[in-house]
Amino acid sequence: MKLNYLITTTLALTSCQLVQAAEVKYMLWDSNQLPAYQQCATDFQAKNPDISIKITQAGWNDYWTAISTGFVSGTAPDVFTNHLAKYPEFAKSEQLVDLAPLITRDKVANDQYEAGLYEVWGRDGKQYGLPKDWDTIAFIVNMDIAKQAGVSLEELQNMEWNPKDGGSFEQVIRKLTLDEAGNNASSDKFDKSEVKVYGFQTPGGGGMMGQTEWSYFAVSNGFKFHDKVWDNKYYYDDPKLVETISYLASLPDKGISAPYEQTKSLGPDAMFVGGKAAMIPQGSWMISYFKDNAKFPTAWVPLPKGPSGQRATMFNGLADSIWVGSKVQEEAWKWVKYLGSADCQAVVATKGVVFPAIKGMAEKAMETQKAAGVDSSAFIVMSKEKTFLAPIADNGSQVDDLMKISLESIFIGKVDPATALKEANTKINALGQ
Amino acid sequence: MKTLSPVSFLWQPFSPGRRTETLTGYALILPALIGFSLFYALPLFRAFELSFTDWNMLRAPRFIGFDNYIQMWHDGRFWNGMKLSLYYVLLNIPLQTALGLFLAVAMDRLTRSIVVRSVILLPYLLSNVLVALIWLWMLDPLLGIVNSMITSLGFERHAFLGSPSEALATIAGINIWRHMGLVAILFLAGLQNIPRYLYEAAIIEGASEWQMFRHITLPLLRPVMVFVLVTSVTGSFQIFDTVAVTTAGDPYDSTNVIVHYIIQNAFSFYKMGYASAMSMALCLVMVLYTLIQMRMMRASESDLA
Repeated sequence: MKLNYLITTTLALTSCQLVQAAEVKYMLWDSNQLPAYQQCATDFQAKNPDISIKITQAGWNDYWTAISTGFVSGTAPDVFTNHLAKYPEFAKSEQLVDLAPLITRDKVANDQYEAGLYEVWGRDGKQYGLPKDWDTIAFIVNMDIAKQAGVSLEELQNMEWNPKDGGSFEQVIRKLTLDEAGNNASSDKFDKSEVKVYGFQTPGGGGMMGQTEWSYFAVSNGFKFHDKVWDNKYYYDDPKLVETISYLASLPDKGISAPYEQTKSLGPDAMFVGGKAAMIPQGSWMISYFKDNAKFPTAWVPLPKGPSGQRATMFNGLADSIWVGSKVQEEAWKWVKYLGSADCQAVVATKGVVFPAIKGMAEKAMETQKAAGVDSSAFIVMSKEKTFLAPIADNGSQVDDLMKISLESIFIGKVDPATALKEANTKINALGQ
Repeated sequence: MKTLSPVSFLWQPFSPGRRTETLTGYALILPALIGFSLFYALPLFRAFELSFTDWNMLRAPRFIGFDNYIQMWHDGRFWNGMKLSLYYVLLNIPLQTALGLFLAVAMDRLTRSIVVRSVILLPYLLSNVLVALIWLWMLDPLLGIVNSMITSLGFERHAFLGSPSEALATIAGINIWRHMGLVAILFLAGLQNIPRYLYEAAIIEGASEWQMFRHITLPLLRPVMVFVLVTSVTGSFQIFDTVAVTTAGDPYDSTNVIVHYIIQNAFSFYKMGYASAMSMALCLVMVLYTLIQMRMMRASESDLA
C-alpha cells in the first residue's frame, strides 16, 4: 500500500515537471545593468514558477540589428528594452503590443513614475512601453587638475554660460586647460598648439538629439527642438541653436577643447580617463564606468546655467516593450509589469547603476552610489531644473543622420553653422511631409 | 601544365569514356554548387525582386517599379559611396600587390624558412575586427602610441581616422598591412611553379636580375596575378568591416563607402528596397569588372603551355 502511494506521488510529481515553464525571452543592451535585471528575473521566477526568463545582452549596434531582423525572421525577443529614438518606427510598423488595455485591466498606476516618463512612450492613446529608468546629464571633473588650477568644487557647481563670451564656464575651462609648458589658457603665454590638458571636451556632433553634446547648452539658451512630442516640424535652423553650435565650434580655435578630428577615434570618455580632458559632459548611465576607470578623484557637477537663467538637461528614460509576434504575450506582460514595479526597481536601485523610474527610487540609487564613493547628486539636481524630453518623431534614424552630417560639416570647418543647420532643417522637415 | 578552369571543365563534350570522370567532377563541385545557389544565387534573385519594392523589413513590400533606381541616380551619397570605394581600391590594391610580390620574390630567393612564411601570414590570421580595433587604439590622435611616437620625433600630430582627408587612406593602410602576407604567399606558390631551368638559362645568357623578373617571373605569374587581382579588387571594392569598426562612415561621410552606405540604408534607415537596388548596381559593376579583367589577362592560359 505504502509503496503504491509512493509510486503514484512520484508519477504525479514527474508529470507535473513535464508541464514546462513558459519561456519569456528578454533582451537589453547595457552590460552594466545586466546583474540588476538578472536579480529581478530570479526574484520573478521564484514568484512565478510557471514562467522562466531568459536574458540576452548585446552591444548597442548589434542590439538594434538583432531586434529588427528578429521581427522579420520571427526570432525577436518577447520583451526588450526600448529607446525613444527607435520606438516610433517600430510602433508605426505595428511591431509593438499596445499596453494601454493591459495597464487599465490590471490597474497599473502610471502616476507612480517620475513625471513625463510614462507619457513619452505613448501616442494617440496607445502605450508602447512601461518606464524603467531615467537619466540626466552632468559634467564630470578631474579634481586633481581642478585643485592644481585653483578651481574649487563650489565654483564648478555654480557656472554660468552664454554664447557670447562663454561666461564663468569659459573662465573655468580656461583655468583647467594647460599647455606643455604648464601655462593655463587664461595666461598670455598659453601656447594653443602644444596643449597637454584640454579644459573641456564635447563628445562631438550628437545627431538629432545632442543629448550629451549640445542640447543642454542650446535649451538653456532658449532653443526648442519642436513644438511638442511627435511634431515632425523641427527648428534646427533657430538662431539660438546656431549661436550655441558656433560657440562650441569655437572652443578648439581657442585651444581649450581638442580639434574635432582628434576626438573622433576613442572619444572624450577615453580622453578624460587618460587625463587629456579635465571636464566632460556625460549621462548618469555612465556613473559606474567612471568609478571603475578613472584612477584619480572625480566629481559630478551640475551643468552651467544658460542665458535663460536656468540649467537645462534632457530627461530621458528607457522602457520595456513587448513584441507583437510573441507567443507568450500574457507572460511577457507579467514580466514587463514586474520590471516596472517597485519590487524590481528597488533591486535596480540597490545596484546603483541607473536611476529607477518610480518616484523616490532615485534617492535610493544615489545612497548606494554614495556608499560606493560616488556623489551622484548632480544628476538629481539636474532633474529638478528645466528638463526637456528627447525630440521624438517619425523617421528618427534619417533625421539623426542628416543632423550628424550637418554638425560634422560645422565642426570640421567645412560649412558655417547658419548655412549647414538651415540646409539640414529644410531636408528634415521635408521628410516629415 | 595547362590547368582546366571550372568553366572549361563544364564545356567538355560528353564522351562515353569520360562519363564517370564527368560524374565524379560534378559530385566534387556539388557542395560548392549548393552553397553558391543557397547563399549567392537565391539571395541575389531575391534582392533583385526587392529592388523594385519599398520594403522596410517591417511592413509588407509594395511594388514601386523603378523608383528606387531613379532615386539612386539622383542620390549624391550613393555616387559618393561608389567614388570612395573606387578611390579605396586605388589606394589599396597597387601597393598591396606590389608589396606582396616583393615579399614573395624575396622569400623565394632568400629563404625557405617556414617561420618567416608564417610570420608574414600572421596579420591575415587575426580577425578583421581585431585588427581594426588594434589600429584604432594605436592611431588615436591624443592617446595612441603612433602619435606619441610621431610627436616625440618632432612631427605634427595626425588625426588619421578622425580626419576627413586621412581616414580612407588610413583604412587602406591597415588592410594593406593585413593582406600583404596572404598576397605574398599566393605569389610564392606561383613562383615555385616556374621551372628553375628558365632562370639557369637566363643566367647563362647574362640576363640581369631585373630582366629575369620582367621577362620570366612576371609573365609566368600571370594566372596567379589574375587570381590575386580579381579576388582582391572585388574584395577591396566591397570594403566594409574595417570601416564599420573604425569610423562607421565618418567623419563627414568621408569613409561612407558604398557597402557601408547600403548597410546603413538597409539596417538603420530600414530602406531595404532601396538598399537592394544599390546592391544590384554594385553587383553589376563587379561582374563587368571581372569580365573585362578576365578578358584582358587571358586568365585560363599560362605562357608555359
